[in-house]
Amino acid sequence: MSLLTVSDLAAGYGQIGILRDVALTVDKGEILGVLGHNGMGKSTLLKALSGAIPVTRGAIVFEGLDVAREPPFRRARRGLGYVPQGRQIFPALTVRENMEYAARAAAQPLEIVDDMIARFPRLTPILDRAGGVLSGGEQQILALARCLCGRPSLVLLDEPTEGIQPSIRDEIVETLLRLRRSLGLSILLVEQNVKFMGDLADRVLHMEKGRLSAAATPEIAAMA
Amino acid sequence: MDYALIVILQLVVTIANLALISAGLAVIFGMMRIINMAHGEFLMLGGYAALVSHQAGLNLWLAIFVAAPVTVGLIGAVLERLVIRRLYGRMIDTMLATWGVSLALVGVVTVIFGNRVSGISPPLGSVPIGGYAIGLYELLTAGVTALLFLGGWIVLRRTPVGLIARGAMQNREMAAALGVDPARVYATTFVTGAAISGLAGALIAPITGVAPSIGSVYIAKAFITVISGGTAILTGALSASALLGSVNTAFSFVMTPVLGEVALLAAAVLLLRVLPRGITGRFFRRSL
Repeated sequence: MSLLTVSDLAAGYGQIGILRDVALTVDKGEILGVLGHNGMGKSTLLKALSGAIPVTRGAIVFEGLDVAREPPFRRARRGLGYVPQGRQIFPALTVRENMEYAARAAAQPLEIVDDMIARFPRLTPILDRAGGVLSGGEQQILALARCLCGRPSLVLLDEPTEGIQPSIRDEIVETLLRLRRSLGLSILLVEQNVKFMGDLADRVLHMEKGRLSAAATPEIAAMA
Repeated sequence: MDYALIVILQLVVTIANLALISAGLAVIFGMMRIINMAHGEFLMLGGYAALVSHQAGLNLWLAIFVAAPVTVGLIGAVLERLVIRRLYGRMIDTMLATWGVSLALVGVVTVIFGNRVSGISPPLGSVPIGGYAIGLYELLTAGVTALLFLGGWIVLRRTPVGLIARGAMQNREMAAALGVDPARVYATTFVTGAAISGLAGALIAPITGVAPSIGSVYIAKAFITVISGGTAILTGALSASALLGSVNTAFSFVMTPVLGEVALLAAAVLLLRVLPRGITGRFFRRSL
């Protein structure tokens, strides 16, 4: 059985519909990529799955339960992690507090914070710095580590390479692949960076004008 | 020397009073971005809760420190459930709704107690300083205010509840995406703000007396202090209280208490002209 099964999903902002007839599955331990240009609905898809915007139709079955009408905090507690575009780090909390926040919010033991710090060594020297003063790359790593402190079984990852340098991009790829091996983590990844997608995703779907299709653009064909 | 000491003590008392009447409003505004127009009536209800429970035979200190905050906290819980919860994220609607609540509370209390000032005798007497004197109860009130802010700092900075509150204050959508129930955080915040207001109203009651319309006296000063302070709950309320309280005291001593009040309002207008986001919008940005 798939970890996540989305069927016939429609969502948008108020009266403006963005997503239509969206269907996808993510298996345990799988990294599914969604490619697409700006404004095609990729981020809206993750917002709808995380509960940040309401769905108007369809089902989001996560670990056997339809969570489509549940509020975001309940989905998070069920193990649906979300790393939004722009990272959304708490700016006045320190790096450690940001991570501790996620652990406490998801009722996880605080040992997980030290575990994640060990997995993301770049965070060690900046643990006492405020999240708001970090570089874009440091914030991205923190956003990922923070999400994992809630021990999610599926991470919704929105454009993690946006505005970060290549060395950190490579570090994120390596860390995510290592986490998948060690924790059996599943990831639904939304990206515009074809190289990043090719390094990580097991399967790639293409999103255009709010609809998903099997990957068939020239870029993806070249990547394959 | 005696005069200097009495001026300093009076300054401390004035700053503490401003901080005390603003604390509940600052908690609710800082955490929820709700301007609670019924804040003055929460203070008034705190005064009446202490008065009624003391007249019913409860020890004065228990009436002030237990009966008043618990009563107003409970009233706050009912209001949050029935009114505020339906209006989250709608600042103007919330202002109108809480204004309506304030009018209703004034009406109900006037019907029950009549439109007259009731009082509790200030306990503890006064301390002579040379040829001057200052009320010991006023100094105690200043001490309690200091403890209240220190306690608030410890809760926010050092406890898990405080961590969750600080994150929700900075980004409630992200807090929810990590597993925090925002409705629960907001309900707790509103009840806490109401209870603090109840305590403040009870503490001030022996000094000022209580009347159904006394809330209108408090709300203007509290509102000005919180807006002048900016979004940081504790530092904002304290820094604005220190600044406005100093202006008030200086003008009161040099001229008259009435001109002291005028100077306080003028200073707030000038401050917001120079710093539209309040003191903590420009200074102490990362403070609590």
